[in-house]
Amino acid sequence: MATVVETERVKVTIKDLKGKVDPDWCPGCGDFGVLAALKQAIVETGLEPHKVLTISGIGCSSNLPGYLNTYGMHTLHGRALAVATGAQLANHELKVVVTGGDGDGYGIGGNHFVHAMRRNVDVTYVVMNNQIYGLTTGQLSPTSIKGMNTKSTPFGSVENPINPIPLAIAAGATYVARGFTGQQKYLVELIKGGLLHRGFALIDTFSPCVTYNHDNTHDFFKQRTKRLDEMGHDPTNLHLAIERGSQWGDEIPIGLFWKREDLPSLDQLEPVLGSGGPLAHRELGIAPDMAQTLIRELM
Amino acid sequence: MRRFDLAIGIGGAAGQGIATPGDILARIFVRRGLHVNAYNAYQSIIRGGHIFLTLRTSDEPVLSQGDKIDVLVPLNQDTMNRHLRLMRPGSAVLFNSDTIKPGVMADGVQLCPFSVKKLAPSVRGDLVQNTIALAAILKLVKVDFEILEEILAIQFRRRGAEAVKENVGVARAGYDYAAAQFTAFPYALPDMGKRLAFFEGNQALAMGGAAAGVKFYCAYPMSPASGVLHWMSRHARQLGIMVRQVEDEIGVINMAIGAAHTGARAMCATSGGGFALMTEALGAAAMMEIPVVCINVQRAGPATGVPTKTEQGDLWQVLGAGQGDYPRIIVAPTNIVDCFNLVPKLFNLVDKFQCPGIILSDLLLSEGRSSADPAELDFKVPIDRGEVIGLNGSGPSANGSYKRYLVTESGISPRAIPGTRGFTHVVATDEHDEDGVLISDEFTDPHKRRSSHEKRMRKMEGVLSLLPAPELYGPADAQVTLLGWGSTEGVIHEAMQQLADAGVSVNNLQIRWLVPLHAEAIESILSKCRKVVIVENNYSGQFSRYLRSETGFAAAGHIRKYDGEPFMPHHIADGVKAILAGSTKLYVPVHEIQV
Repeated sequence: MATVVETERVKVTIKDLKGKVDPDWCPGCGDFGVLAALKQAIVETGLEPHKVLTISGIGCSSNLPGYLNTYGMHTLHGRALAVATGAQLANHELKVVVTGGDGDGYGIGGNHFVHAMRRNVDVTYVVMNNQIYGLTTGQLSPTSIKGMNTKSTPFGSVENPINPIPLAIAAGATYVARGFTGQQKYLVELIKGGLLHRGFALIDTFSPCVTYNHDNTHDFFKQRTKRLDEMGHDPTNLHLAIERGSQWGDEIPIGLFWKREDLPSLDQLEPVLGSGGPLAHRELGIAPDMAQTLIRELM
Repeated sequence: MRRFDLAIGIGGAAGQGIATPGDILARIFVRRGLHVNAYNAYQSIIRGGHIFLTLRTSDEPVLSQGDKIDVLVPLNQDTMNRHLRLMRPGSAVLFNSDTIKPGVMADGVQLCPFSVKKLAPSVRGDLVQNTIALAAILKLVKVDFEILEEILAIQFRRRGAEAVKENVGVARAGYDYAAAQFTAFPYALPDMGKRLAFFEGNQALAMGGAAAGVKFYCAYPMSPASGVLHWMSRHARQLGIMVRQVEDEIGVINMAIGAAHTGARAMCATSGGGFALMTEALGAAAMMEIPVVCINVQRAGPATGVPTKTEQGDLWQVLGAGQGDYPRIIVAPTNIVDCFNLVPKLFNLVDKFQCPGIILSDLLLSEGRSSADPAELDFKVPIDRGEVIGLNGSGPSANGSYKRYLVTESGISPRAIPGTRGFTHVVATDEHDEDGVLISDEFTDPHKRRSSHEKRMRKMEGVLSLLPAPELYGPADAQVTLLGWGSTEGVIHEAMQQLADAGVSVNNLQIRWLVPLHAEAIESILSKCRKVVIVENNYSGQFSRYLRSETGFAAAGHIRKYDGEPFMPHHIADGVKAILAGSTKLYVPVHEIQV
């Protein structure tokens, strides 16, 4: 077997990041904007495609890794963050990006979502939040607004939605942002900030569904979203972050709500990763003297 | 010839300190080169209930808890009431006469009462009776006091010199009292001049993982599998193994899959309930072709079931785990050394064939403890990672034509590790083509679907060709063949001996590799057997139904037990006799003791 020669780093372009197939999202879907912003953010941060592992669950938006030329895993519904935690810890030299939808992340994957943030796993999580289940043709999602008429709530939903922003801040995420596909440049900045952040970065993104959500449309958000950077927001102010993150109605803030850089990520806290490089590349097997030590414990 | 066969039963409520005297005795026995088997019958409570530890030792291998108790140590009245009536002539019962009264018993049982108040008037605490009993037992089998003194010094070292001195003093009083008052056994515990190791099945599974090069272990606590997590956690830093406790078992298996995909050997363990949560992801591992090993330590089900009791009731669960058909390797270790040896073997297979592997253990094997010659624990095992590109930076150079799921005759496609330049690809739980491109979203292509499905399933033929076929143990032309799988091997072998002594010749076919199954070889063996009786620890005969589905073979008789307690040798021997006499085709033994 020949040894791979690491050639000199070449500048990555948007073209290099094109996946094997083109997206099959509905024309006008917000997810096109997220894919474009993610590619742009990768290019701008200078990450090489083979050093990036993009992991998703199931849903329209979870098809994203197939449209991107990085290493990718299209896992089970709701399980992307669990898979990503294992992958990041086994090779902490990879940049692990997780993509998916609101149902995938905040519904079926809710438990992993909370615990991945608690652990401050070093992943960048981009949620394409369209407040509806699209791939199953239009049922209520955990972020659907109260009163919404969907196929599963034909007389209007009586439940309150989840707001991922205050939830993420409370759970321990160290980079919490909200983007909107109608603010493309700003979205690139927010994702880029997440990629450069060491620790759990959430970029919840309004990515309107043109087919099944006729309430929270592109225009709905265009009229209501307000940029935090234009509001003089301080992302190190916890109370303000939760207050503005909870805001909903005529004015919906987007941008970076919360960020702290003083907390190490899980891989930095784990002594086993202190030296010796990624676990995945370490020598296997137990040295004879160590084997003797282990056996002596049994005698 | 067996020179002696000594079973000590220590019983009481949870919290009465049964484990410590058990550990001390086991340590003394294995340090003399004696074989030991320990089975702890307990309940899912932290305080109270009835715990009964059976510690059996002999100069010859001991393969099960056996049928009898030679020395009973009831630490409370309840234990005395439950067990005394089952004691046989020649046995001894050691108890604190301050608090416990004997009852009805057989002739020839030696009662050995002692008064804690009189023997250790100044020592406080409930554990004093344990130490006195422990010392008295050793006197009954003529072990020098110095041996006990040495072990007590090790056992109580952490609690300081004062604690050691106090325990040694109490032990001395018990030892001398036994010398003066009790009749010793007719033999002295021999010293075989070597030392054996003593450990539980879960430790063996964990050590097997370490030997295999597991770098990532994760779990959610669940009895009776938590022992694997505990060993891994204790040794994580020393061995460079990442150990994580995860929020649920769905997270566990998915985390292991993520770690495995990047190239680390990853393992997890759980019991039936946790395994049920993992099943979808096991199918995902097969679909994405990621090697991962999952241990299911069975306990009595269904649902929460009997958390601290044993059963072989998950066979059909693991056979059918997850939706759809997918390649999987399933193995059931048959003894404690097997637990250790099978893990590296299974890892080599799942790495080679890029599919999930399942180890089916049970409470009896995983929490049962056994002695073994330390030489049998060979950590220097062959490691075969299969066709991998990019581990440690090695592998072919990229030429742009890499297909992750290249269709091959063997079904195996070279696996590139994320981080390797020139081999980017996407693995998917959706059906996909050779390139990893989904076939389900735009045009569901029946030809591609068939090709991908067949490619994966074809791997099972390759696995089977590498697995050893099972072989008969015992006389070839025996009257009866006892067919078992997994953990029942030891007790079946002891039953064979009992039956041979009674003039019934018996052999054993024990199945270890369950999937893929050597159906032809098994059928060929069984077709030559005179009378086949299938022994299993479940209600519905899960293995017998599986065997029938794979071979068409139907056994003449069945011995099944599903009360939570493992088989004792005589249960099987009695079953064989009943089936031979024609009185039944299905024998379900009654477990004599309430534990």
